[in-house]
Amino acid sequence: MTTHISPQMASSGTQHGKFEPYVNNGGTTLAIPGKDFVIAAGDTRLSTGYSIHTRQSSKVFQLTDKCVIVTAGMQSDASTLHKTMHARLVHYEHAHGKQMSTEAIGQMLSNMLYGRRFFPYYTFNLVAGIDSKGQGVVYGYDAIGSYQSVEVGAMGTGQSLIQPLLDNQVAYKNHQLVPSKELDLERALSLVKDSFTSAGERDIYTGDSVEIAIITQEGIKYETLQLKQD
Amino acid sequence: MFRNQYDTDITTWSPAGRLHQVEYAMEAVKQGSACVGLKSNTLVVIGSLKRSPHAELSSYQKKLAKIDDHIGFGIAGLASDGRVLIKNARTQAINHKYTYDTPISVQRLVLQISDKSQVSTQRSSKRPYGVGLLISGYDEQTGTHLFQTEPSGNYYEYKAIAIGARSQSARTYFEKNYQTFEEADEETLILHALRALKGTTGDNVELTSKNASISIVGKDRKYKLIEEEQLEPYLAKLEENAAATTEQQPAEQQDDVDEEMVQ
Repeated sequence: MTTHISPQMASSGTQHGKFEPYVNNGGTTLAIPGKDFVIAAGDTRLSTGYSIHTRQSSKVFQLTDKCVIVTAGMQSDASTLHKTMHARLVHYEHAHGKQMSTEAIGQMLSNMLYGRRFFPYYTFNLVAGIDSKGQGVVYGYDAIGSYQSVEVGAMGTGQSLIQPLLDNQVAYKNHQLVPSKELDLERALSLVKDSFTSAGERDIYTGDSVEIAIITQEGIKYETLQLKQD
Repeated sequence: MFRNQYDTDITTWSPAGRLHQVEYAMEAVKQGSACVGLKSNTLVVIGSLKRSPHAELSSYQKKLAKIDDHIGFGIAGLASDGRVLIKNARTQAINHKYTYDTPISVQRLVLQISDKSQVSTQRSSKRPYGVGLLISGYDEQTGTHLFQTEPSGNYYEYKAIAIGARSQSARTYFEKNYQTFEEADEETLILHALRALKGTTGDNVELTSKNASISIVGKDRKYKLIEEEQLEPYLAKLEENAAATTEQQPAEQQDDVDEEMVQ
């Protein structure tokens, strides 16, 4: 049996407390858009407190042929959110005879999250897909649906370790000399892998392995990267 | 059947133990244009003859609908009533998948639709749905299924069946050929469906890629609609094989019909 530590116990040492509906299951997610591709990734460690539930739990969920969502936060809210999104997508396909566009999915998620404004989904989402113009796009969200298109997005317990690095290396922020070359898939993939290995070193909740989804016009390919298990 | 003093209300039994309103609703199904269905041990095919209210001017009424990746409907009768049942079935399938994380079994869905249909045969404030359905589907555990539902709420499972106007010729064709269906391949099944449909068109009406449509679903085969240009190669094959197939019964007579409402 795992040792259950309620927030009450951890701080004050008392045994009884109010029911706490939220828990952070740890982990980190990342998504990088390119001209005609987008990469989305999430580590596969699931934890609570100082315990690991499993080293193989996916944070990535495929929505359409060209769009995925990757979610950090509380796993039960994440999987319920994904199931609900999927049902909405099937409904849309029946009604419209085609799959939902990435932009439409982006807006829909915002609406779904705000619909729970007063008992939020404890989820931190990145929607990554190819938009109607054929370009890669990533939308980043907070728990209650505020969203925008981002040049690079990282969420979860390793967010603060990865986001500044990628702001510099993908979006070229604070560079004296901005390279003229546009971001290609190989460099983006390499940055994703380095980001996770680095975050895995310092963030105790990030590790085990990374599930990477590479989305192009041709479709979605999945890769796995092994990380340290400590 | 003729008018009598027991047919005004759905809630009135006749002395002979019949509910005439339900039977009248079944008449609406018989007036709709034909829908045929047949299955093998891995695939289920539904074919439909689409009607158009004004031959050159209007579009053709859609009669086939996807319910889920593994289930399809074909309708005969009041198309608008059919749409209501289709919409309801889609919602049932989505909700089942959400709750149980598994596709709904065909029989369970048929039961839900039939139970819904029955309700409107026992309420004075409602009327029966004027539509018959052919339901095709595939379950991992139990294989291929083909069901027919009626306005009464009754449902039946079939190896092959046809409903709607002039469908007797299609049923007779199936009776003669059904023993070969179990092991038949996809193309053979589709050709059988088209051949069965051909007998339901009536005089002076040809089966074309405009007024015919086919749906197919089965093992390792997500629901797929075959229409318009995609249907051409099969219709062409039909012409070629015309001499080799079993002869069909001549088409029957039928009463006047409100073409717009009933498809």
